[in-house]
Amino acid sequence: MSQRWIRIVKTPVGLVGLSLLSLIVLLAVFAPILWGDKASVVDTENLLAGPSAQHWFGTDNLGRDLFFRVLVATRLSLTLTLVATALGTVIGLVLGTAPELLGGRLGRLVTALVNVFVAFPGLLLVLVFAVIFGVGARGAVLAIGLAVAPGLARLCQTLVAGVTGLEYVAAARITGVNRFRIMARHVLPNVAEPLIVNVTITAGAILLSFAGLSFLGLGVQAPEYDWGRLMQDGLSGIFVHPLAALGPGIMVVLAGLAFNLTGEAIAGVFGISTPTGTGTLRVPTDETPVTDIPHDHAADGDLVLDVRDLSVTFPGANGPVRPVRGVSFGIAAGEAVGVVGESGSGKSLTALSIAGLVEEPASIDARHLTFCGTDLLEEPASGQTRDTLLGTSLAVVFQDPMTSFNPTMRIGAQLAEVGRHHQGLDRKKASARAVDRLRAVRVRDPERRARQYPFEFSGGMRQRAMIGMGLMGSPRLIIADEPTTALDVTVQSQVLALLQDVRREEGAALLLISHDVSVVADVCDRVLVMYAGRIVEDLPTADLRTRARHPYTRALVAAVPAMTTDIDTPLATIPGHPVEPAQVPVGCAYAARCPLATVRCREQDPTLTAGPGGSRVACWHADEPADVVTAEEALA
Amino acid sequence: MSLWVLVTVSFLMIHLVPGDPVRAALGMTAPTELVEAKRQALGLNDPLLTQYVHYLGNLLHGDLGESITTQLPVSETISQRLPATASLAVLAFLVAIAVAVPLGVTVAVATRRGRRRRTELAFAGGSVVLGAIPDFLVGVALVAVFAVGLGWFPVAGRTDASSYVLPVLALAIGPAAVLARIVRVEMLAVLETDYVRTARAKRLPARRIYLRHALPNAVTATLTLGGMLLASMVAGTVLVENVFSWPGLGSTIVQSIVTKDYPVVQGTVLVYGLGVLVINTLVDVALAVLDPRSTIGEL
Repeated sequence: MSQRWIRIVKTPVGLVGLSLLSLIVLLAVFAPILWGDKASVVDTENLLAGPSAQHWFGTDNLGRDLFFRVLVATRLSLTLTLVATALGTVIGLVLGTAPELLGGRLGRLVTALVNVFVAFPGLLLVLVFAVIFGVGARGAVLAIGLAVAPGLARLCQTLVAGVTGLEYVAAARITGVNRFRIMARHVLPNVAEPLIVNVTITAGAILLSFAGLSFLGLGVQAPEYDWGRLMQDGLSGIFVHPLAALGPGIMVVLAGLAFNLTGEAIAGVFGISTPTGTGTLRVPTDETPVTDIPHDHAADGDLVLDVRDLSVTFPGANGPVRPVRGVSFGIAAGEAVGVVGESGSGKSLTALSIAGLVEEPASIDARHLTFCGTDLLEEPASGQTRDTLLGTSLAVVFQDPMTSFNPTMRIGAQLAEVGRHHQGLDRKKASARAVDRLRAVRVRDPERRARQYPFEFSGGMRQRAMIGMGLMGSPRLIIADEPTTALDVTVQSQVLALLQDVRREEGAALLLISHDVSVVADVCDRVLVMYAGRIVEDLPTADLRTRARHPYTRALVAAVPAMTTDIDTPLATIPGHPVEPAQVPVGCAYAARCPLATVRCREQDPTLTAGPGGSRVACWHADEPADVVTAEEALA
Repeated sequence: MSLWVLVTVSFLMIHLVPGDPVRAALGMTAPTELVEAKRQALGLNDPLLTQYVHYLGNLLHGDLGESITTQLPVSETISQRLPATASLAVLAFLVAIAVAVPLGVTVAVATRRGRRRRTELAFAGGSVVLGAIPDFLVGVALVAVFAVGLGWFPVAGRTDASSYVLPVLALAIGPAAVLARIVRVEMLAVLETDYVRTARAKRLPARRIYLRHALPNAVTATLTLGGMLLASMVAGTVLVENVFSWPGLGSTIVQSIVTKDYPVVQGTVLVYGLGVLVINTLVDVALAVLDPRSTIGEL
């Protein structure tokens, strides 16, 4: 606890807030003792005088020094604030815990009443209560205390309701501890922190309310004075010297800020537990070795997408982190290429960076990146032309169809805007095309569906619509980033079949990202296997099960149980964990988990080398047989 | 429910005042017969329930009773003074929105993902400080600088358009700062969502992404708080009107509290409360219209 308080002081907000607060408390205690006399000395020579060396803020209509009066008024202002805060907090706690303690109909009534009162602004409640309790300091304290109570009560109710649902409270209840004891021992201590924060901030608001009330003449009455009262007196003389009104105003603002900042600083420290030291990580700062193996797969002219030495770099606390480290591949027109790998292998980032969807602070580097012959690295002469090319020829299908549509726009409109912005269609034609495209992705009753909002679509339907959105133009390449991961198994195959159909009908190429080897094997012509931000193998899908050369690829394939696999056969697994992008080791990144690893693997990083039939592999021990590790062995 | 509580509270208010409200209003020196006559006229001698039924019946006819001090019907005073207050509150609200939304959006776009740290710090600092200064203090400061110091605008009163400038600003600055912060935070959250990424994948113009895809989703979340701000603005007129001697309901309510003119207090409290309820209802309707998931029928 005490450490946390020290942390509050260490934050700039907390330091400023607490210093201001201590200053004001000191003033409240000592100002009346030190300067109480000076503040009431009547100087008939200087009535309503402006600021001078003698009177810094000037004097009031009796010639009393306003600077000292402002300082002395601190005590009354603060005292009233604290009393009203205490009153409001107590009433708030009572009303806030009442629904839980009383239960049943009575409890609900309290909740309902509190909700009604919360709907009205505090100042209005203050005025109503001020009428009832009468004008003056005592009335103001009661009025303001009562007026803040509903807000605190509501907060308290919410917090209490959150805690009473928890297991330990339920356990206490089952063991027969009575309600009051549960509240006092188990519930309130656990909601204390947010309550303290809000009471502190409320105290700031109360301070301002008092200033307001006294300013209106409804609060503190002469001869007593608080800041609000001084402001009211100053306002009438604002023509003569504005400081008389502004001086106390500045104090009010400072005091209000003191409470607010302190409250926010406490909230910040209690709310967010910052992670402590992360240890020393090895960061790959040296330049990535060039993995430029020309893919003699097809002549450049035929390539829809040509990527060479693509890297994605994030700034990190301990230097830059590079989750994608020099990836090179090409996709021919109409070709379906799959990318597989465990999470964190950089496969999704590779796809997103090609689509231009990786944002700051990440940066993308590549020696060469062309889509349909257009250089994506060069700053284009016309951003519009490139946007139109990418907007109509590159389709992207995202992982989670539930969150990838704008919830406040109709599905049809979300499709149609592609036509309107990139194909020069008018509203009507764009809508018609959207309906037509929904039909093309086998959405039933597309006219009606186009007018619906995303929440009215099921996950599978949304994914169809997402594919349809890509078909608004005439895509040459569809990038699908885990398009079926978020879907039910039965829907998965439908969406995959649709992707296949669309690809055939449109003649589009496909870049399919998946962690599921069997999905990629079903759909794609060629597979890129990624590990730790690199392509470790590039091979035809047909060779995947039988002729994979990289031990990682073989392990991945072996980890997929086939329908024919005997259920008694132990599941194959890959021992160890994937490499963290911030901790890429020297040598082959897979060495630590590889059954074939030798000293060479741990020292030298193998490059991606072309092999027979256009395939590529990055391994010192490619083709060497390796045993498959079963889950039981891995655990042993 | 809220309406009933409001009406009942404004009715009960006069009965909760300790002692005899009429005696308090007329002063200790008033002759007993006069006080008794007034009590009779106000119906204060009837049983509480009868008075309540009377009060409700009169309310339905728009009869709010008459002032103890001026004998004028309260409804007349209110209808005279309401336009000044309502125009002030509505203008201030429009100004706050017109400033806060573009500012919040711009700062969100400019500072997202840790860009332009200094802009972010300046914005955060400025908006916290401005949001923490109560409106009547802003009013006093504005008067001191622009009316007394520079003489650009009138110090007080409601005359021509220029007399609106300072009171509207005084009311709008604080809420605008708070609202801009909320808009920024909501925008930042929305800009990180998958559907904004989808919009970017469609290569839409930046303006369309921010205004058509991001903003409506940020506004839905902002609206609830915006409504509360507007409600507190309505109450804020009470203080600001007193700074500027604005001839509205805010001045009326304070004067009548001081002079213990309870029927007038009752009436004005009722009107202010109604204003707040209307705003809350409007916010609910707006939320329902903006958010396709809720239907108006569920209100």
